Amino acid sequence: MSGRVLVGVKRVIDYAVKIRVKPDNSGVVTDGVKHSMNPFCEIAVEEAVKLKEKKFIKEVVAVSCGPQQAQETIRTALAMGADRGIHVEVTGKDYDTLGPLQVSKIFAALAKKEDAQLLILGKQAIDDDCNQTGQMTAALLDWPQGTFASEVSLEGDKIKVVREIDGGLETIKINTPAVLTADLRLNTPRYATLPNIMKAKKKKIAQVKPADLGVDITSRLEVLRVDEPPQRLAGVTVETVDDLVAKLKESGTI
Amino acid sequence: MALRGALWRLLLDPHRRAVVSACRAQGTAAAARCDNEKVASKSKTQKVQFNWRDGLDLEGLLTEEEIMIRDSFRTYCQEKLMPRILMANRNEVFDREIVSEMGEMGVLGPTIKGYGCAGTSYVAYGLIAREVESVDSGYRSVMSVQSSLVMHPINAYGTEEQKQKYLPKLARGEILGCFGLTEPNHGSDPSGMETRAKYNPSSRTYSVTGSKTWITNSPVADVAVVWAKCDDGKVRGFILERGMKGLTTPKIEGKFSLRASATGMIVMDEVEVPEENLLPNVSGLAGPFGCLNNARYGIAWGALGAAEFCFHAARQYTLDRIQFGVPLARNQLMQKKMADMLTEITIGLQACVQLGRLIDAKRAAPEMISMLKRNSCGKALDIARQARDMLGGNGISDEYHIIRHVMNLEAVNTYEGTHDIHALILGRAITGLQSFTVGK
Repeated sequence: MSGRVLVGVKRVIDYAVKIRVKPDNSGVVTDGVKHSMNPFCEIAVEEAVKLKEKKFIKEVVAVSCGPQQAQETIRTALAMGADRGIHVEVTGKDYDTLGPLQVSKIFAALAKKEDAQLLILGKQAIDDDCNQTGQMTAALLDWPQGTFASEVSLEGDKIKVVREIDGGLETIKINTPAVLTADLRLNTPRYATLPNIMKAKKKKIAQVKPADLGVDITSRLEVLRVDEPPQRLAGVTVETVDDLVAKLKESGTI
Repeated sequence: MALRGALWRLLLDPHRRAVVSACRAQGTAAAARCDNEKVASKSKTQKVQFNWRDGLDLEGLLTEEEIMIRDSFRTYCQEKLMPRILMANRNEVFDREIVSEMGEMGVLGPTIKGYGCAGTSYVAYGLIAREVESVDSGYRSVMSVQSSLVMHPINAYGTEEQKQKYLPKLARGEILGCFGLTEPNHGSDPSGMETRAKYNPSSRTYSVTGSKTWITNSPVADVAVVWAKCDDGKVRGFILERGMKGLTTPKIEGKFSLRASATGMIVMDEVEVPEENLLPNVSGLAGPFGCLNNARYGIAWGALGAAEFCFHAARQYTLDRIQFGVPLARNQLMQKKMADMLTEITIGLQACVQLGRLIDAKRAAPEMISMLKRNSCGKALDIARQARDMLGGNGISDEYHIIRHVMNLEAVNTYEGTHDIHALILGRAITGLQSFTVGK
């Protein structure tokens, strides 16, 4: 086993920013808006770095797909303890239409190229909430997947994953190589300390293009329109259950 | 890192996000230096939005590393320091753990190279000070003392043995230091100090006697860098350690400023200090002044951090509070005050960045630091007072935090050289005539 873990990190609009839709309804405003690493990707990086500190794996490689600014996100991962980065350059219109299917093709190609033992991703991104990339990548690679992981332990050449599912917690044991996606309670990401931020400057970030990996990133999806959610209307207070039923019948809901 | 409590609520609240399937537009202003050419050609059609949070694009003057340092430390300050400060200030409690936490973050002595320190730029040091002080000036005082007034003199004036012995532990926050220069009878004129260090050749020690006052950290410090006059009349620095016979550090009670930091005296009654603890590479007041200039630079940034907090808090309050049917912010008197705050903070920060770059390039003169320490502190105190007024009755409640900054900034304006003393430093530089003393 190579002892190498790939971690996917995505640059998204910061969670604290108030999202605004562009006047032409083609998307959301990103110019001049604060961006940061997707919170679930932070958890993924933290898990990978923890595994390295416990000596289960040897190298953590942070990967991000996007324009030049994606390197900031990779640098944050390096400051948290990743060893090196790979920036897959996707710009302009291609970046606008980049989605889970293309990203998973890229990750699958990289996982093979880097002879990765593990691929850890965040369970979903907070901008599109797709929750697809991990699953698709596992399918493309024909690797087992441990998604919504809230606990991960390596046992020999197998991985025990406790998954958060609707009914509670599910524990599975899967073979390596595998894909894991991180859920909220997997760990608490560390603050990037100053010495580590300084060290991150010296770590290498390799640049590749999707074409170099033999991946076609044309999208099969077209965004027609983006709207804000409708304004919440004031509610109506009712006195009894009968009133409630009557009102629901009135509005045609039942 | 952007997680923990707040994220829970945001992730569970679907109304925060616009309905979107798969779309991202490219480019942000933040670190798009490489995209500048593209932006410049687009700017004919794109209007530049004024950002009241960053009036003159300070962000664009920072390196990627400085932005990362600032962002990471800001998250720590907001998540770990902000929740503590209300009670710490109200009950006058100093949380010693914050020193160890800051040590872990690597922000103590950040500009020092080696010895477990980060070795960052002075601009990064300024950004760090600004983030801490936007929470509390007392916390920033603790950080400044440790970094500029204890670690810096040991690094700049100490022996290799002293550096190895003290710097790594100070950097980790394992030990806490304090700086003893000011005396009860000698504040603005340190050259008149009465603390004496008498050399004993037989024991190879210095016998130090005297008292220092208004010493941040002293009641709980493990080491003290004390400045005393030697037999030859020259001022020199000594490293004293808690436990040395004759050394006591009583706390100063009844403080209404910097309550979240412990302040006290250093009382020395014939303390025998081994000669290895002398800082050999400086004599005269150049020693303490070198340290003070280092700290004053951090304060120039920090004070504006406190001012920013007050400005933002007053803005939010006046937007939320409705009187006579409209938000307070609708009133001209309120807007004028905020315009003044915005202007001073923006201009002040631009000056601080320039000063930081000059220090990094070793092209800075002490008067520059005096000018900006004086400007930042004076303006910040003014801004805090105005902001307090804008909050009306609520402005005197510590729940709204502004009154705490008002109290703190009184001390910040005074220590490390009062507003007036820095004016005299500048006056001397401008005219060539000194006006500190009544003589010629």
